[in-house]
Amino acid sequence: MSIWCDKNTRLLVQNITGRTGRFHTARMIADGTKVVAGSAPGKGGQAVEGVPVWNTVAEAVAETDANASIIFVPAPGGADALLEAAFAGVELIVVITEGVPTLDMVRALPVARDLGARVIGPNCPGIVSPGQCKIGIMPYYIHKPGSVGVISRSGTLTYEAVDQLTRLGLGQSTCIGIGGDPVIGSPFVEVLAAFEDDPDTSAVLMIGEIGGSAEEEAAAFVADEMTKPVAAFIAGQTAPPGKRMGHAGAIIAGGKGTAADKITALREAGIVVAQSPAEMGVAMKQAIEQRK
Amino acid sequence: MKIHEYQAKEILQTFGVAIPMGGAAVTASEAETVARMVIAETGHETLVVKAQIHAGGRGKGRFAADPELGGVQVVQGAAAARQMAERMLGQVLVTHQTGPEGKQVGRVLIEQGIDIATELYVGMVLDRAQGRVAIMASTEGGTEIEEVAAKTPEKIQRVIIDPRYGFTPYLARQLAYGLGLTGPAAKAASALIASLARAYQELDFSLAEINPLVVTTAGDVLALDAKVNLDSNALFRHPDIAALRDETEEDPAELEGKKRGLSFIKLDGSIGCMVNGAGLAMSTMDIIKQAGGEPANFLDVGGGAKADQVAAAFKIITSDPNVKGIFINIFGGIMQCDVIAEGVVTAFREVGLGVPLVVRLEGTNVEEGRRILADSGLDLVAAADMADGAQKIVELTQ
Repeated sequence: MSIWCDKNTRLLVQNITGRTGRFHTARMIADGTKVVAGSAPGKGGQAVEGVPVWNTVAEAVAETDANASIIFVPAPGGADALLEAAFAGVELIVVITEGVPTLDMVRALPVARDLGARVIGPNCPGIVSPGQCKIGIMPYYIHKPGSVGVISRSGTLTYEAVDQLTRLGLGQSTCIGIGGDPVIGSPFVEVLAAFEDDPDTSAVLMIGEIGGSAEEEAAAFVADEMTKPVAAFIAGQTAPPGKRMGHAGAIIAGGKGTAADKITALREAGIVVAQSPAEMGVAMKQAIEQRK
Repeated sequence: MKIHEYQAKEILQTFGVAIPMGGAAVTASEAETVARMVIAETGHETLVVKAQIHAGGRGKGRFAADPELGGVQVVQGAAAARQMAERMLGQVLVTHQTGPEGKQVGRVLIEQGIDIATELYVGMVLDRAQGRVAIMASTEGGTEIEEVAAKTPEKIQRVIIDPRYGFTPYLARQLAYGLGLTGPAAKAASALIASLARAYQELDFSLAEINPLVVTTAGDVLALDAKVNLDSNALFRHPDIAALRDETEEDPAELEGKKRGLSFIKLDGSIGCMVNGAGLAMSTMDIIKQAGGEPANFLDVGGGAKADQVAAAFKIITSDPNVKGIFINIFGGIMQCDVIAEGVVTAFREVGLGVPLVVRLEGTNVEEGRRILADSGLDLVAAADMADGAQKIVELTQ
């Protein structure tokens, strides 16, 4: 009932000894994730929340067969941590870190991709397959196992959407925050393709925002390739041009990347677009019912 | 981060980009000194005086108090340069990028006049769809590239740098010869593009534009104008570049927010918002507008905000005299509701609250957060969800 992570996922936490890493390790374990290892240079041999710590990712992977990693390393070392995991053979790498220099990601992502790693983020809340595995920082209790796939560039707005779905009785197969940076490991189109292929996902809710053209590319993909119902919301309908709205990637530049353009493209692709952020769950329900 | 034209040119010059001879001045007498130096070096009296503000369209822009005058002026001799600097310095220049309020000119750049044979365009920017840096070139120098892209896209050439190898010189040659350049000019333009690419990658630019890039009547190739934006996330490794920040160009409230680790942007409305997460913050603005109100700001307190940061955020919002009410919309993940609640209570005790406050809390530690607010004696209105909250704050401020 999921994409990319499930009950067999064996998670490694990079910078497990930091304040954030420690806090979320405890949370992820409580939420049912198999956290098998941690890494932190100079802290090898210690344990955090009962999880053994190694100095390097390569050692941790060799000893524990970890196949996924979550990165809490501070921004200057974000890309380095990603490469360390990718070269150690980790298949799924979730970069939570906010503020990684753009050109670091431009250089590191194609290398990770060539090594066969699936990267989510940076600057993202992570991925959760309710009832199976959570690799991230989202509040788990709002989720409910089910068949709606959720993709979003935002963190808290995703929680808002998931909460609305759950209250309407619509459970989720997998929820992915793809991140708010201009360059990310898993753009909308790749996540949509995975949901389309996942037999346990029956519909997709997609949450975009101003800046770039990823939503327009997603709209084209939905029109051409997807059979499952899709609903969407775009944040930033009132955002002024030329201002970076919190996320490094959320900026209307040279008149491009407006919410209006994105909403038009999504509607033309047959996607149900919620006008208000309070109606994301309702829009999903409507898209599902239209197909019945 | 944005920097001024004269700063961009100084940086690019260290990478080998040819620029006109000149220098920046903050007073009229400094302008005269620079002008004398340029005239002595070049033997020519023709000079250009350029207003330095963080906005484009300066040539076509006009001074608010001197509507005949644009921000880029050609003058003859050092005395004229001094007079022109006097007219520009301290005055407000309005361009299509500054908004109607314009920007005050604190500096002028004095440069040698150049005999232009050809005006070209060269720019570098991240291609977000590909996740790679693109270099663009066009024969339509001197016009805005967005306009060229809209009207005559075939006049823009583009190459992409493969990050696994990095910049390599054939990319620059492809563009230079593609522009129709030949002989020494083609070689000089290739070298200039290569220098620009090296600067972009080494110093973490997020945008670079040389518009126009000119070929002079003598056959030299130089950057007549330069615009460089830098990746704020990479400034930690370029302290000398970080020091170029001109705080007078920034909104004081936005600057204060940045210093506190908050993402704050001032808007024109009357409803202050405090939200965690950029997407939710943008959506909160949207839903206020849909409920019939106007947001006074965008404010993301972030994921790891502490109580004192929340208090600072609260003070920044209430310092705006336009604010008639505040809507706090929190969905706690990393950010815990009790931390937000404590910050709000602290700020209220310190600065008081003269306007209605609506609070919507959800997520991690929500019960504890609600209890702290309820026990505080704060005069606030609780909202069940974000639509309810937007509705309530709009009603309370009307």
